[in-house]
Amino acid sequence: MIEAHGLTKRYGDKLAVDDLTFTVRPGMVTGFLGPNGAGKSTTMRMILGLDAPTGGSVTVNGKPYREHAAPLREVGALLDARSVHPGRSAYHHLLALAQTSGIGRSRVDEVVDAVGLGGAARKRAGGFSLGMGQRLGIAAALLGDPRTVILDEPVNGLDTEGIRWIRSLLRGLAAEGRTVFVSSHLMSEMALTAQHLIVIGRGRLIADTGMEEFIAAAAPSLVRVRSTDPAALAALLRSGDVAVSGAEDGALAVSGLSTDQVGRLAGAAGITLLELTAQQASLEEAFMDLTRDAVEFRAPTTGGAQQ
Amino acid sequence: MTTTRPTTPARPAGPAAQRVTQARVIRSEWTKLRTQPSTAWSLLAVALIVGVGALYSLLRVTRPPTDPAAVASFDPTAVSLTGVQLAELAVGILGVLLVAGEYATGTIRATFAAVPRRLPVLWGKAVVVGLATLVLSLPAALAAFLVGQSILSGEGLDIALSDPGVARAVLGSALYLSAVGLLGLGLGALLRSTAAAVAGLFGVLFGPQLLAGLLPAAWSDRIYPYLPVPAGVAVTAVQPDPVFSLAPWSGFAVFCLYVAVVLALAAWRLGRRDA
Repeated sequence: MIEAHGLTKRYGDKLAVDDLTFTVRPGMVTGFLGPNGAGKSTTMRMILGLDAPTGGSVTVNGKPYREHAAPLREVGALLDARSVHPGRSAYHHLLALAQTSGIGRSRVDEVVDAVGLGGAARKRAGGFSLGMGQRLGIAAALLGDPRTVILDEPVNGLDTEGIRWIRSLLRGLAAEGRTVFVSSHLMSEMALTAQHLIVIGRGRLIADTGMEEFIAAAAPSLVRVRSTDPAALAALLRSGDVAVSGAEDGALAVSGLSTDQVGRLAGAAGITLLELTAQQASLEEAFMDLTRDAVEFRAPTTGGAQQ
Repeated sequence: MTTTRPTTPARPAGPAAQRVTQARVIRSEWTKLRTQPSTAWSLLAVALIVGVGALYSLLRVTRPPTDPAAVASFDPTAVSLTGVQLAELAVGILGVLLVAGEYATGTIRATFAAVPRRLPVLWGKAVVVGLATLVLSLPAALAAFLVGQSILSGEGLDIALSDPGVARAVLGSALYLSAVGLLGLGLGALLRSTAAAVAGLFGVLFGPQLLAGLLPAAWSDRIYPYLPVPAGVAVTAVQPDPVFSLAPWSGFAVFCLYVAVVLALAAWRLGRRDA
């Protein structure tokens, strides 16, 4: 369980995290979503007590992280896969971390095997690929058999097989009743893994919702319809709840009506339809819509390209 | 790489068993020290202590002092321990790297996530650096002394370990190096960047003497014995200069005070700054 109340972090005159209040519950995977620069990593560092909040507070399993006597037992975290001395072997990196909490060598061997590092664990971590670095970071997060797992962008640099492995690992950890908090800037990845979503943009909370509700609410279906007389059809369909907009090829995009309803209305009015398709807005688009105003860094040309 | 099914090994032990203790953090820091490449700096220190001492002894034995004043002021212990002056840089840099290296590689975040109270990490590193330098430099200083004296004995210039102050000077050299290692550690923790901390180390070791030279002689003579290095090396001399040096152990105590101040500042900042 992670509970943030009015969590705020200011760097100079820039608000990186702005009055965040949310709860991450055990037993499910909670996705922490936001564009690059939204404040996800800063929030995670504050949860771990690495950065001190400017305002507000955050607790893990009931206490500020610093106050736990057995911290690795409470939280396992992957913040940055590169936070390893490049000249040290993965095994010794893990061993040094384990020893702070009296965790034995056998447990180090277990996590090395669990993440599939195997023989590479005895090699210098500096020679690791990004994917192996991620596996090492995840091994470190699992060392203390923690009740809460916090992973910042864990799929970065992993191949397809690694991504599948992460998904099943996260679901498995959640199924055991642990709190699992995973950040990503990829909605599509979260859609496959998370049951709950916390979305932030420019440091502010945008959504705190179940995955299914998010999909239902954020992705209204559109009907694409092409006819011999678009102007008449648009006039016919347009009403209070129904929005109609024109596409470049003469087709209309209709929201608020199903394909069945559009077909029947057109038939009754004697308008010939050439094409009638239901279009589900992709999750990625829903996420883009939600965070459009909150994107920190964007190339100037992409603004109108979505329409 | 093969896919491994996520396993969930049984909990290793109860929550109380996974408490972070100072002793455990010391063990962890020992593992870090012995598995990081920059630990080679400590071996360099040993080589410098023994090698430079032997070389300088050889140099002096080929040109022995002739006039009575030079004979009277000839200090065979100091000649054989000349390497200590160079080794202090190596052990200081070792101390710097043990902590600044963690900031440079980002390891510090993993470390502080495991020990969120942070201060046990600083104390753990201090114990490990202090003891490791002492354990390495004491035999090195003894070896340098013995090798140096056997070379100097060729011209009858040698001195015995049992002579007054000699054993203390050899032990003092090792203690001084250990304290310099702690100074480097403190500067590394305070400044975080390797470059800044190494510059700070050179500054603390050599800067005050240079600045004191700019003062009027009456002032500089009075404060000189209290500057870090002049105070610290008093314990490494068989007969410290009565004017320009404090008594051996008082001088060393003053040097340790400087080190303690740097470590205290580092501890104070460590608890407050974002990692």
